[in-house]
Amino acid sequence: MSAPLIEIKDLKVDVPLKSGKGVPILKGVSLQIMPGETFGLVGESGSGKSVTSLAIMGLLKKPLKATGGQILYRGEDLLKASKQTMRNLRGNRIAMIFQEPMTALNPLQTVGRQIAEMFVLHQGKAWGEAEKLAIEALAAVKVPSPERRAGNYPHQMSGGLRQRVMIAMALACNPDLLIADEPTTALDVTVQAEVLKLIRELCAARGTAVLFISHDLGVIASVCQRVGVMYSGVLVEENDTRALFSNPQHTYTKGLLGALPRLGSRTSDSRNRLVDIDSIIADRSVLTQERFIAPRITEGGAAQ
Amino acid sequence: MRLGFNLWFGGFLTVLVVFAGLFAPWLAPFDPVLDANLMNSELPPSGEFWFGTDSQGRDIYTRILYGAQISLTVGIVSQIINSVIGVTLGMTAGYWGGWWDDLVNGLTNVMLAIPSLIFALAVMAVLGPGLPSLLIALGFTNWSWTCRIARSSTLSLKSQGYIQAAQTLGYSDLRIMFTQILPNMLGPILVMATLGMGGAVLAEASLSFLGLGIQPPFPSWGSMLTDAREMLQLAPWAAIFPGLAIFLAVLGFNLLGDGLRDSLDPHMRTRKL
Amino acid sequence: MLKFTLRRIWQMIPTLFVVALLIFVIFSVVPGSFATALFSDGRTNADPLLIERLNREFGLDRPLWERFTTYIWDLARFDLGTSFRTRLPVLDMLGERMWPSLKLAIAAMVFAVLIGVPLGFMAALRPGSLFDSVTMIGAVSGLSLPQFWLGLLLMMLFALQLNWLPSFGYGDGSIRNLILPAIALGVTPLALLARTTRAGVLDVVNSDFVRTAHAKGMSESAVVRRHVARNALVLIVTTVGLQFGSLIGQAVVIEKLFAWPGIGSLLVDSVAIRDIPVVQGAILVIVLWFLVINTAVDLLYAAIDPRIKQE
Repeated sequence: MSAPLIEIKDLKVDVPLKSGKGVPILKGVSLQIMPGETFGLVGESGSGKSVTSLAIMGLLKKPLKATGGQILYRGEDLLKASKQTMRNLRGNRIAMIFQEPMTALNPLQTVGRQIAEMFVLHQGKAWGEAEKLAIEALAAVKVPSPERRAGNYPHQMSGGLRQRVMIAMALACNPDLLIADEPTTALDVTVQAEVLKLIRELCAARGTAVLFISHDLGVIASVCQRVGVMYSGVLVEENDTRALFSNPQHTYTKGLLGALPRLGSRTSDSRNRLVDIDSIIADRSVLTQERFIAPRITEGGAAQ
Repeated sequence: MRLGFNLWFGGFLTVLVVFAGLFAPWLAPFDPVLDANLMNSELPPSGEFWFGTDSQGRDIYTRILYGAQISLTVGIVSQIINSVIGVTLGMTAGYWGGWWDDLVNGLTNVMLAIPSLIFALAVMAVLGPGLPSLLIALGFTNWSWTCRIARSSTLSLKSQGYIQAAQTLGYSDLRIMFTQILPNMLGPILVMATLGMGGAVLAEASLSFLGLGIQPPFPSWGSMLTDAREMLQLAPWAAIFPGLAIFLAVLGFNLLGDGLRDSLDPHMRTRKL
Repeated sequence: MLKFTLRRIWQMIPTLFVVALLIFVIFSVVPGSFATALFSDGRTNADPLLIERLNREFGLDRPLWERFTTYIWDLARFDLGTSFRTRLPVLDMLGERMWPSLKLAIAAMVFAVLIGVPLGFMAALRPGSLFDSVTMIGAVSGLSLPQFWLGLLLMMLFALQLNWLPSFGYGDGSIRNLILPAIALGVTPLALLARTTRAGVLDVVNSDFVRTAHAKGMSESAVVRRHVARNALVLIVTTVGLQFGSLIGQAVVIEKLFAWPGIGSLLVDSVAIRDIPVVQGAILVIVLWFLVINTAVDLLYAAIDPRIKQE
C-alpha cells in the first residue's frame, strides 16, 4: 500500500469560549485519502463535513479553531505549516470547489480572468499567456465556445456553466487533491449528472484525488471508492463504498441508509415506511455533553 | 455588547434631554428671556452662572434647558407629521398599487431630489420664521424614506397568507391596512422616526442659526450660536455649551435609532454599526 | 452604454419639471404680495403706486396660469428671471456663485473620501477590534455633529486662538480660506463614508467569492486588492455620489457661517430679503446639481458593475 496523500489524525476543531473551554465541532476525526482516490464524506448538515474540508484548506473562519490532531499532506503537517506554505499549496496542490456556483465567482471580473489568476499566482505566468491558458482550461471542462465565454461575466452564465468554470479554476494547476463541497447540490438534476461525470472523468484522467462531500447518498455511491460517514463531529464509520452500502455497521449509517427512498421499495400493502432520523441536528447543549448519538437513532425499520 | 451600548447610551441621552425640557422651569435658576441684565453680559462660567452668560447677560444654562423644549417639540411634532404622511401614502400606494402607486412614487422621487434642508428653507421663506412654520417646514418635507419603507413592507406583507385570509373574510381595505399591516411595520417606522428626530433637531438648529427659525429672544440652541458667533473671542463658552447640547441630543436620537434597529432586526447587527 | 446614458439623462427631465412646478406653487400660494413684503419695513406702509408698478414690472399682476407658462417657457430657455432686489439676471448672479460653491463641495468631499474610506476599510478588516469600535463611535458622533458648530469651534481654535488660518471669507480664493469650511462641511460625509465603507467591505469580505479567492491561494493583501476593493467600490461610489449631490444643499449653513460667496449664502440672503426669483433659481440649481450628480453616479456605477447595464 502506497503512502496516503492526505492523512488526518484525530483532528479536533472547537469554537473557543471566553471561559477557556470550547464548544467542540470536530471531536477527533481521522481519515486517509490515497493518491488518485475518490473519498466520499457523507452526513447531515452540521455534522462537520465542510469544517473538515476547510480545515484541510487552512480556511477555518474565526470562531472555528483547530485545537488538536494533525493533517498530514505527503507527511507534512498542514496545521503547523507557515502561511506561505499554505498559500502555495492552496489552489495549486489542493483545490476546492464550493456548493454555490452563483456566488462563488467574483461578479465584477470576467471568468477568463478569474481562471487566469490561477496561472499567474502559481505558475508565474504573465496575464496575457494566463488568459490563453484559461481558454484551454474552459475547453477542458467542455464549455462550448470557450474563447467567447472567457470574456463573460458570471451573471451571463447559467449555474451549470459557472460550476464548470469553478472546476476549470480548481483543476487549472493539476492539483493532487480536489475538495468538492456539495458541488451539485445547487444545480438542476440534469445538470448535476453532467457535472458529476465531468469531475469523475477529469480527475480520473489526471490522477487527481477527490474528497467528495455530499449529503446525497446516491451521488456518493456513484462517484466514490470509499466513504466516511460523519455525525455530530465524529467520523462514525468508514469503508469501501460497496461494503458500506451493503453492510452498514454503525446505527447511524443504518438509519441514514434506511432513510433513502428506493424505487419500488414501498408498496401500498406492505407499508414499508422510510425511517426518519428524528429532528435535525442536536442543539449545542447536546453537542457539548458528548451525548451525540444515543437518543436519536432507532434500530431497523420499526420506528415508533 | 455594542448593541447594548447603543440602546443604553442613546436612551440615557434622550432621557436627559426630555428631563431637561420637561423640568426646565424647576431646574433653571433664572428666566430664559426676562432675566437679561447687561451688567452681567459675557460672564465666564461660575457658581452662579454654570455655563456663563451671553451678550445680554442671560444665563446660558437656563437657556439651554428651555432650548430643549423647543428642540423636543420640533423633533417630536415634525416626526409625527412625517410618519403619518409617509405611512399613509406608502401603505395605500403599496396596497392599492396602480396609478396611485405611480403618483406616490413619483412624488417621493421628487421629494428625494430636493435636499431636505433646502426644502425647509423654501418653506420658511414663504411662511416666515417662527415655531409653527418650523413644524410645517420640517414635518412636510422628510417623509419620503418613511413612505418608501411603508410601501415596501406593505408590498411584502400583502402577499402573506393572513392578509389574503382577511381579504377573503371580507374585511375592508382600510381595516386590513390599519389592523393587519400597520402593526407589522411599526418597528422600522419607529426607527425612522427616531433617527428623523435627530435630523429634525439638527435642521431646526441650522435654520435658527441662519435666523430663519426660532426668533430671538426665545432660547433655541441654534439661535444661541448665532449670538455666540459675534463674540467668539470674548466668550467662547457661549458657543461651546449650546453646540454641545445639540450634539448630545442628536447623538442620543441617532444611537437610540441604531440600537432600536439592531434589536428589531438581528440580521442587520453585523452589517451596520 | 450610450443608450443607457441617454436614457438616464432623459429620466431627469420629468423630475426637474415637477420640482419647478412645486417651487412655483410654493412661492405663489403665499398670501400677500412680494412687492409689499419687499418694501414694507414693518412701520410704514409702502406706497401703493410703487407696489403696483413693481407688480407690473415683474408680471405679478397677471393670472397664475399665465405666470406659470411664462415661468416654464423662460426656464426652458435657461432664463431664470430678474432679481427683485438687484435687477440683475438671476442666472448671472448664480453663475458668479457657482465656482466657489463647487470648490467648497469638492474640497469637503476630497477631505471626506481621503479619511473616511480608509478608516471604514481598516475597520472592516478588523471587525470587533478596538480600532473598529473607536472608528464607528467616531462615525456616529460625526453624523450627530452640527456642522456649523464644528465650524465655530474650528474658527475659534485655528483662526482666533492660533491665528493660523483666516476665520472667514473667500479672500483671494486661496486654499487657506478653503480649509476650515471644507473640514466643517466634510465631517458629515466623512462619517457616513466610514460607516458605509465598513458595511460594504464587511459584506464583501464575508461573501463566497472572497472565500474562493482565498482557496485559490492568494495572499490576504492580494485578495483585498484584487477582489474586495473593487466590489466594495460599488457601494462607496454610490455614497460618495449621493453625498456630493447633497453637499451643496448642506453647504448653506457653512457658507453663511464662513461668509463664503456660494449659492448657499446667496440663497439664505435672498430668503431673508424675500428676493423670490433668486430663491427659486438657487433651489433649481441645487436640485439640478443633485440630479446631475446622481445620474453621473448611475453611469459610473454601470461602468464598474457589469450587471447594471443588463437590467
